Amino acid sequence: MANGTAATISEPSFLEYKSGFRSWFYTTDHKRIGILYLVSISIFFIIAGSIAIVMRAELFTPESDIVSPHTYNVLFTLHGSLMVFFFIVPGISASLGNFLIPLMIGARDVAFPKLNLGSYWLYLIGAAILLFALLEPADTGWTFYTPYSAKTNTNVILLTLGIFVLGFSSILTGLNFIVTIHKMRAPGMTWHRLPLFIWALYSTAILQLLATPVVGITLLLLIAERTLGIGFFDPDKGGDPVLFQNFFWFYSHPAVYIMIIPAMGVISEILPVFSRKPIFGYKAIAYSSVAIAIISFFVWAHHLFVAGISETAAIIFSFLTFLVAVPTAIKVFNWLATLYKGSIQFHSAMLYALSFLFLFTVGGLTGLHVGALAADIHLHDTYFVVAHMHYVMIGGTVMGFFGALHFWYPKWFGKMLDDTLGKIAWFFVFIGFNVTFFPQFFLGVQGMPRRYATYLPEFEPLMKLSTIGSWILAIGMIIMAYNLIKSLYSGEKAPDNPYNSLSLEWQTSSPPILENFKEIPVVTDWSYGYGKKG
Amino acid sequence: MNWVPEVASSFAGKVDGVLWFVTVLSIVFFILITVLLIYFSFKYKRKTENDETPYITGNQTLEIIWTVIPSILLFVIFAYGLIVYKEMRTPPGDAVEVNVTAKQWIWIFKYQNGKSTINELFVQHNRPVKMVMRADDVLHSFFVPAFRVKQDLVPGMYTQLWFNPTKVGTYDLFCAEYCGTGHSQMLAKVYVMSPEAFSRWEKGDEEEGTIGTAVTKASEELGKDLYKNKGCIACHSIDGSVGVGPSLKALFGKNESLQDGTTLEVDENYLRESILIPQAKVVSGFAPVMPAFKGILTDEEVDALIVYIKSLK
Repeated sequence: MANGTAATISEPSFLEYKSGFRSWFYTTDHKRIGILYLVSISIFFIIAGSIAIVMRAELFTPESDIVSPHTYNVLFTLHGSLMVFFFIVPGISASLGNFLIPLMIGARDVAFPKLNLGSYWLYLIGAAILLFALLEPADTGWTFYTPYSAKTNTNVILLTLGIFVLGFSSILTGLNFIVTIHKMRAPGMTWHRLPLFIWALYSTAILQLLATPVVGITLLLLIAERTLGIGFFDPDKGGDPVLFQNFFWFYSHPAVYIMIIPAMGVISEILPVFSRKPIFGYKAIAYSSVAIAIISFFVWAHHLFVAGISETAAIIFSFLTFLVAVPTAIKVFNWLATLYKGSIQFHSAMLYALSFLFLFTVGGLTGLHVGALAADIHLHDTYFVVAHMHYVMIGGTVMGFFGALHFWYPKWFGKMLDDTLGKIAWFFVFIGFNVTFFPQFFLGVQGMPRRYATYLPEFEPLMKLSTIGSWILAIGMIIMAYNLIKSLYSGEKAPDNPYNSLSLEWQTSSPPILENFKEIPVVTDWSYGYGKKG
Repeated sequence: MNWVPEVASSFAGKVDGVLWFVTVLSIVFFILITVLLIYFSFKYKRKTENDETPYITGNQTLEIIWTVIPSILLFVIFAYGLIVYKEMRTPPGDAVEVNVTAKQWIWIFKYQNGKSTINELFVQHNRPVKMVMRADDVLHSFFVPAFRVKQDLVPGMYTQLWFNPTKVGTYDLFCAEYCGTGHSQMLAKVYVMSPEAFSRWEKGDEEEGTIGTAVTKASEELGKDLYKNKGCIACHSIDGSVGVGPSLKALFGKNESLQDGTTLEVDENYLRESILIPQAKVVSGFAPVMPAFKGILTDEEVDALIVYIKSLK
């Protein structure tokens, strides 16, 4: 495999190839579509993150002082809805997945480039509908539980409609990726030579395709409940409020694996490069992604242990929930073993990958607390769950996302990031995140419920600490954003392969030419041959 | 520092046992993983650009070990959680029943002897209690951290939980399922009383449970407490802002327009009537959703509320 120290191809890169609004809005180039998604999800990340800063500022004191309770309820609804549906579910898949899948498998584009563009336009339409939903925005929480969501006089319909449209973006992207990975691999790229990032995105795509329709239909049923008064969830009409929860979580539990599996794929790429060692346990990691995806369909009712389901159902779902922990644990041990006897370089991307291991472990282990029946009765709907979910979503997915940005930035934009600034930003993000969320475990055990606009004074000290953490986290993100944007203009020009990586995307120019490779490569080995002799 | 709330029910300590078990196991694995992570990172820190690294791709034995051992431990956690859960879900046959109705945003408790209280639950020390619960409007959830109990209340069905209160005292009860604007104000107190005190409460004197507040507190202060504890705060502001109900600020003496088109001046009688039978004269522009406090507040308490409302100029 070539190592490349300077641009080896003299064609214009995909960024230079054409310019102007039309060349971006009508592009069918997967690399540009990836950037469109990247910019869009980042905008929503910033909006939803800013909302969280306001929420935590309100929670600095027990009483309602900055915003009214109703406004607080709207804020947490928007924070959750925007973060889940507009940032983290499309997340790494739609941005980095789009950019990297063809490059990593040795193809010129995805299987259906026009469908790919269509998927992005659906995202935009969903976002546009959402804008209208901001007039009298919903105050239901991102989970939209009935009967409240069927009764509240706020704009539930527009918000759920926006999410419904967005769902198609997810479904079609999943479809596109599955076909691409099956049909467009370069000669010699067998399944067992695929980078683990591809295995991860493949597993995620299965979830996107199969699970998302369920939430789409569920939201339509809610809209029908509100407009036609059908009564699926209304006991006065023979319906069942808890049915909504079952439908909702049938998608939303697999959805959390849509969120985390791509990030796990990123870690599997970064660790080998910056330890100069093969990934340890390739097949274990590859197949555990598939196992997690499959088992994830069978655990949804662990969100309903106290919702009014039978004890038998609760017992079955608790058991299955512990089952899904096994493939997850296997990955963590394999990643750790990758570091053994390596040659470890602390690039900012590596710092994000290492902190993923640390933070995701906390998130995963605290999932055991809420998976255990007796413990969950006490911890459900408290700050413990809020802490658990943010450890896996931020400590897991967002760390993976940031690591991916720092790792592939040179390939994507042809410029190097300022690595010192990257490390400083990482430090603030890491510290700020832990100060924000670790105290919340204790708050939860002590009985502080979630979704509370006001709270009892005994919780004030830890709530204040958590708020201060959010400011530190915000500073880190601002430094990182500054680095990402400034390096576009003043970053050092990137070589083809700055880290001497072995996977295919690094064997072409930075940024790649429009058609990715001058010639489609012929693959003779996996991409983790670090340290291989001869 | 108190890691957990008071241990005030017969199974609270057992729930804590499960929590501690999972936590200790988690800490052990967390330390193992973190120590290895940091140790490897520094021991194998890059020395030169051409460090030699061994071509290690995996180890079957290790894979088996770190699949089997976690599986066993996970099963043990599941089993322990299940065992305590079974006890939490099996009320004793002689448990005393209390009916609970939750509605935005108050808790209504009805006892076997016909008594009814709002936002205050009276139970006897060391006597198991079974809550038979339902919601009137949307989902709510009955959560008493000190007892380690929680169960959603669902419109259209009955749900249950039970506990045996093992410690005399007063405990917080929270609504733990988001239910709208007043969710975080939907608070109540649980009074666990000695048999003598409970018996006295049962037989008549409403104020016993609130531990003499009516006797010793001045009316305005009592009124202010009631405003918060009986749920008024969820719908009626004291700063002039309009909520589900009209603001209480400068209400006394105000000329109010009613839904039937008439107007009146807000006086003591109007306030008393609107507290006890709110649907009688609803203010124009507001929905008739206020719960009735007739039979729930004593005359003395209504007096105190009126004094408090008068003080809000």
